[in-house]
Order: sequence, then structure tokens, then C-alpha cells
Amino acid sequence: MTGRTWLRHLAFLLPAAVAVLALTYLLPPFRTYQLATVGAYLCVTAGLTVLTGLNGQLSLGHGALMATGAYTLALTQNALAGRGQWTLLVSTAAAVVVTTAVGAVIGCAAARLRGPYLAGLTLAVAVVVPSVTSTFESVFNSDQGLSVALDPPPLALGATFPYERWQAWLSWAGALLTLFLLANLVRGRFGRNLRAVRDDEAAARLAGISVARTQVSAFVVSAACAGLGGALFAVLAQSVSPGAFPLTLSLFLLMAVVIGGLGSLTGAVCGAVLLVALPAATHSLTDAVHVSPAVAQRLEGNLPLAVFGVVLIVVMLALPGGLASLGRTLRRERPDP
Amino acid sequence: MSALLRVQELTAGYGAAPVLHGVDLTVPAGTILAVLGANGAGKTTLLRTLSGLLRPTHGRIRYDGTDLRATPVEQMVRLGIAHVPEGRGVVTELTVDENLRLGGLWRRDRADARRALTEVYDLFEPLARRRHHPGHQLSGGERQMLALGRALVGRPRLLLLDEPSLGLAPRVTAQIMALLRTLRDTTGLTVLLVEQNVRSALSVADQGVVMSLGRIVARDDAASLRADADLRHVYLGF
Repeated sequence: MTGRTWLRHLAFLLPAAVAVLALTYLLPPFRTYQLATVGAYLCVTAGLTVLTGLNGQLSLGHGALMATGAYTLALTQNALAGRGQWTLLVSTAAAVVVTTAVGAVIGCAAARLRGPYLAGLTLAVAVVVPSVTSTFESVFNSDQGLSVALDPPPLALGATFPYERWQAWLSWAGALLTLFLLANLVRGRFGRNLRAVRDDEAAARLAGISVARTQVSAFVVSAACAGLGGALFAVLAQSVSPGAFPLTLSLFLLMAVVIGGLGSLTGAVCGAVLLVALPAATHSLTDAVHVSPAVAQRLEGNLPLAVFGVVLIVVMLALPGGLASLGRTLRRERPDP
Repeated sequence: MSALLRVQELTAGYGAAPVLHGVDLTVPAGTILAVLGANGAGKTTLLRTLSGLLRPTHGRIRYDGTDLRATPVEQMVRLGIAHVPEGRGVVTELTVDENLRLGGLWRRDRADARRALTEVYDLFEPLARRRHHPGHQLSGGERQMLALGRALVGRPRLLLLDEPSLGLAPRVTAQIMALLRTLRDTTGLTVLLVEQNVRSALSVADQGVVMSLGRIVARDDAASLRADADLRHVYLGF
């Protein structure tokens, strides 16, 4: 990778950071909180699109990796409670490290599996990890989960600084850092290896690339991102519980990166926005339409999943490359003058 | 002349059914050996076993004095063994340039890797023209050039070539054969050349072996093989 690519990515990043900063001052508190959630999702979708899109390894278990990060943050943060702002940095780092280690273990197993078997393994992870919380009830407090002891925003920002704005800053600092690191990583040699292994393992091996090592590295990188995303989720919700990381979360994440555009970081951004916007949109829809409370309650849980499914089908029919390919497709279809 | 590759009693295959039945083969350094034979004779399996894509169930492979049986495929290229598989070996989602760079990724001498890349573009002019096209947009002949080019970027000592003439115009085939001869003479490259096109293979090779049903049934100088009417008739069909 040349120094130029690095600078170009930085040139993308700075305006994005300024835009997010401006939004946190312009949006009302609830919207700011949603913006913060987009940032947390973005860490995960960016990592997942590198794994599934660029390396071709399907993961149905990223929700569980997020849970790993979230619980690690909660436990570390509570153990260090009340010692100052720096503890958040330490517990976030711990969350990333622990999730990376878990990802390495899953990755080693995943590197031996292909196609439906890999999907099965990661599905098992998604199902098993949340139930660990009831097995070790004394540590994880079962279904009730843990609350996270967080410090208020630094006093230097003023006594009336809105908490949502602080959360949005934290989560977007993580998201933009993740995007920057991943963009540099996939532009260079690592990204080329990932794609070579995805497309033709024999050709990659004959070119001197270790297939297993590449696949495990992809899983490790992706898990680190999911761990960071999970940690940010715990910070946003100020609590963790197994109910926050159901199997559907993993499915939503995968759908989001497919709709956004597999293998594209722009697509990961689109996917993260959709993950927040679509459920919110369906929610306001059920509010607007007058139905009986029983029906409304049933719709509440299932409608977002149905809407996501429909959006997935429509996008795949109209834009097989995902939302990220919209600009390219429009340009190509414009008739020549 | 010392042997670069020495294969003894090599048995290999897919699942329970062996395809190679005790192959013995010696390839002297700096020579081109044509591997001939009908479909299903085991030519491709032999190359796949030599490059490690397939593991032998029995026998020894010694390359430059080291035993290759336990060497992972991705290490082979570092030892100087390049395998250009039949009709494949191009990563279709990567561009021509990325494919070629892939061939030199493992090299520590970055300057020489870049030099080798330029040389390949000089050798295969169509590749230079389609430098930033993805592999799946290339014609069959361009893919073959790309696969061969990628092997050459690694500056191999032993080249395992599987059917380089597949899908190529006769003129391009002739160019590739001429290139092999030039590389043999200038860099001391050793080539194992699997070919259906017996005439063009024997025109460039120093020696040839004929395989049938997983065994080597004849070995001779290329010129003698060309002249042996019986052998041609029985095994090579012309």
C-alpha cells in the first residue's frame, strides 16, 4: 500500500467526522441516539462485509460475537467502576481483545469448513453464546443481564452536555476508526489475498498464499470489529442482556451487508443505516395505522423482519451489486449521447 | 547434468482409486520434458501431485535434494516450483494486474518482482492492453497467457505446465513454445510440459515420456519419439 491511498482515505474520513459532529448538534436527542446506533452497527457490518464479501466466508454468528464484546465491556467496566473516563477505553480494548480471541478460535474451525457447513457452525455459535449467560448465572446474571456503570460525559464539555451526543461521539469515533483501518487493509495486499482465496483456492495456493491463514486472519479482523461494535452497543444501552443479541440480529446483520453491497465498505454504511432506519420506519408505520393492540404487538416483532426480507428481494432484483452499486449502475445505463 | 526433480514409485489418486501406479521420473535441470499420453493417462494428476495439490499415497518426490512430500502447496512457489493448472489458475474477480502481482507477492526482492512484472507485460502484449480488466472478461487465450505470466513473475526454476495450448491460436502456441525454449536457454528453466498437441510439444522438448493408464510406458529423446511410428500410432494416435 502506498502512502497516497492512506491519505486519500483520511481525506474521506475527515469530512465524514465533521458531518457526524454537525449532526449531533442539529438532531434532537432521540435522533442523535439513533445516529449513535448506526455507528455501532457500522463497526459490525464493515467487519462482516470484509469476511463474507471479500473472503467469501458466510457468518451467521456475528450477533454472538457482538454479545461477547458487550459482555466483556460490561464486566470490565463494572470491575473498574468510578475510576475515571479512562476505564471506558480499557474496557473497550478488553472487549476487542477477547472477541478477537474468540474469533480466532471460531476462525480456525471455520477455515476447515465450506459452504453450508460453515453456515451451520456459525449458526451454532449464534445459538450457543447467548445461552452461556444462563449456564454461568453468577457471572452473567442470566436473562436479566448486567447493567453497565458508565461515567457521565467529561465535565470539560459542560455540565449540561447531552448524554446522547456523548454516546454518538464515542460510537462514531469507533466506527470511523474501524472504517479507516479496514479501508487501508483491504486496499492492499491483504485485500488481494482475501479475494484470491475467495475466488479460487487452488490458484491462490499456487501463488504462494496460505489459504487457511488468510481465512483465519479474515475471521480475526471481522471478529475484532464485531467486538468493538458490541462494546459500543453496551455503552449505548448502558446494559447487556442475552435478549439484545438474538439469532435474528445475526440474520439482520447479514441481510444488511447483502442489501448494502457485499464486500463494499460503502455498502456496509448503507447496511448500518438500514438496520436502524427500517425498524424505526415500520414502527412509525404501525403507529400511524390504527389496529387493535393485539395485532400491533404481533406486528411489532415481525414486521421489520418481513420488511427486511422484501427489501432484500427487491434490491437483489434491481441492483444485484447492492445499494453501493447504485451510482455505478446509473452511470452505465445512461444512454450515450 | 544433475537431476532437478526425481520421482520414485509415485502412487496417487482420488479417493480409493489410484490414478498413478508407481511412476518413476527424472528431470535434469535446464531441460524441457514433454509428458504425452491419451486422455485419462494421468498426466494432469502427475502435475497436481508434484505441486502438492494432491498428496501421494506412496513414493517419493525429491526436488533439488529436498523431499516434497510434506511441503504445503503455498511453499512450493517459494522453492521455485510454479504450476500452471489446466485452463484455470486465473482469479476471475481480480484484475490482470492484481493476478500478476499475486505471483510475486511472496518475493522479498520487491525491486526484482516489479522487474519481472514488466518483463511479463513485454512478453504478452495483450495482457498489457487489458491490465485493469477483471479476469472473467479475458478470452481463453488471454487467460492462458495470464496464468503463465503469473507463474513467470515468481521467476521459477521448475515450471509445471498443463496444456498451455488449450484454446490458443496456433500462432500463440508457437510463441509460447518458443518462449519456453528461450527461458530454458537464458535462465536454465526446467519445464514439465503436459500437452495433447504432441507435435508442438515434441518440437520444443528435449525429451518426452509417454504415459498410459497411470504408468510411464516410454521415454526417449524428443526427436526419436517423433520418429517412432509404432509408438505414435499406439499411444498418441497419429
